[in-house]
Amino acid sequence: MDITLTTLQAVAVEEREETVTRVSKGLVVEKLGAYYGNFLAVADVDMTIRPNKVTAIIGPSGCGKSTFIRCLNRLHEVVRDARVVGKVMLDDEDLYDPRMDPVAVRRSIGMVFQRPNPFPTMSIYDNVASGLRLNGVRNRGLIAEKVELSLRQAALWDEVKDKLKKPALALSGGQQQRLCIARTIAVDPSVVLMDEPCSALDPISTLKIEDLIAELKQELTIVIVTHNMQQAARVSDYTAFFLGNEKVGAGELIEYGPTRAIFTNPADPRTENYITGRFG
Amino acid sequence: MASSAFNTGGSLPRRQFINRVMGALLCLSAAVALTPLLLVIGFILANGISGINLDLLTKLPKPVGELGGGMGNAFLGTAILIALASLFGVPIGVLAGIYLSEFGNTGFARILRFLTDVLTGVPSIIIGIVAYTLVVVPTHSFSAVAGGVALAIIMIPVVTRTTEEALRRVPNALREASLGLGVHEWKTMMYIVLPAGLGGIVTGVMLAIARISGETAPLLFTAFGSRFWQDGLGNPIAAVPLQVYKYALAPYKDWHDQAWAAAFILMMLILILNVGVRVVTRSGFQKIR
Repeated sequence: MDITLTTLQAVAVEEREETVTRVSKGLVVEKLGAYYGNFLAVADVDMTIRPNKVTAIIGPSGCGKSTFIRCLNRLHEVVRDARVVGKVMLDDEDLYDPRMDPVAVRRSIGMVFQRPNPFPTMSIYDNVASGLRLNGVRNRGLIAEKVELSLRQAALWDEVKDKLKKPALALSGGQQQRLCIARTIAVDPSVVLMDEPCSALDPISTLKIEDLIAELKQELTIVIVTHNMQQAARVSDYTAFFLGNEKVGAGELIEYGPTRAIFTNPADPRTENYITGRFG
Repeated sequence: MASSAFNTGGSLPRRQFINRVMGALLCLSAAVALTPLLLVIGFILANGISGINLDLLTKLPKPVGELGGGMGNAFLGTAILIALASLFGVPIGVLAGIYLSEFGNTGFARILRFLTDVLTGVPSIIIGIVAYTLVVVPTHSFSAVAGGVALAIIMIPVVTRTTEEALRRVPNALREASLGLGVHEWKTMMYIVLPAGLGGIVTGVMLAIARISGETAPLLFTAFGSRFWQDGLGNPIAAVPLQVYKYALAPYKDWHDQAWAAAFILMMLILILNVGVRVVTRSGFQKIR
């Protein structure tokens, strides 16, 4: 597999100069704030997200978890009147630099959403190929290899290899979500953001996705928002606890550290209350 | 029953009686609303079906007083006019619909949406006058193009609003999925959002065509009508509704028969188009989870 990947990358680089090969990178967030109009949804977050690790974001509903990760790939700003203050660094590049193209940012920081959202007009194959094709890759052989590789990595290949031309919507919810993961990793992001990827799935599909996350972190940095604390404990290396400010409502980062420490020995009493189920 | 847990405080037989009366009233209203449609279809069928023959679709009109002939030129003319109107109206309508759905929250877009709705309600004879002023006056000639422009103006608001509605129904999750892959916004629109809303857009176009294929008033002083095969787009052109209108006013029995027959065919075409819309929307509609 290593050999395939390297050749693929070589071909990809040949095909378009700025091709992002799958290199895991970390994120450094500084004084990040997110607004919807005048409403401050996330306030003053400082956080270092480590490469090749899974970082879980937990917290009660409405505490700004989703808004926060949508700031990490500049998807927050596509909402009308939404804006971001502060800084997000991907290695040594400032994502919010005025000269930075948000499209390029989203190409290297992919996203998986709460509800599976395959493109309804496309087949299974076309869904995975869509990111490459719409970004201008024309080489059919390369696309075919990439689609297979991504579907294998998303642990979906064996289930769909005989029906690649079937509509994506014919798959079950759990398969659709793995298809969305395959679609995301097919464009070689260095970070993948997951916004409650299992909340619309049954327990078995959830387990498959969790196994997949453990596999993917060999090559990627993963940030996952979850409502399920067992899930955070199972899949993540680091955990961040967010909580809405009682007075102004803005989500704040209360505590961030290695998952084991957060769950066994939280420093902040609010974290302890949350993870022991006393509120939220 | 008074102490029963099922007691709702009213008399059950009385409620059931009222229920039946109201149900019957609703059914009656629906029947009354449908009556005109059935009358129209029945009337045109009764009067028109005997006049249908191949000549009607293929031959030119005969001079006054001579029996036989047809209005093949009018059917061809209507087809040309619809093609021209679609050529002008569909791109403008679809693009305007995209604008309203994607950038529809600005003040300008709100004004535009309001004006589109106003345009839908403008009497078609006035639209004919507009096309006359815009095309006939500068070119000094009634023409197929003038008729096409008039019909396009009627089409545009219908296409615009149905396109807007169709694109608004495309879930935002698809836009975000595409943007999240690092796809540019215009490509997201072209390759993700538009295909997902295509069923609705096609419906809008077909409904607009059904609407304009029966229009008479805007063609009176734009297309003008003609008794010959079409010769270029810069000359007056025949159209089925125009021909029906002229024949119906004339004092000749055979013209009346031809008018009934042509009206019948036109109505069937519109009916087929509407049924076609149903089929397309049923098979092509997005399953939205």
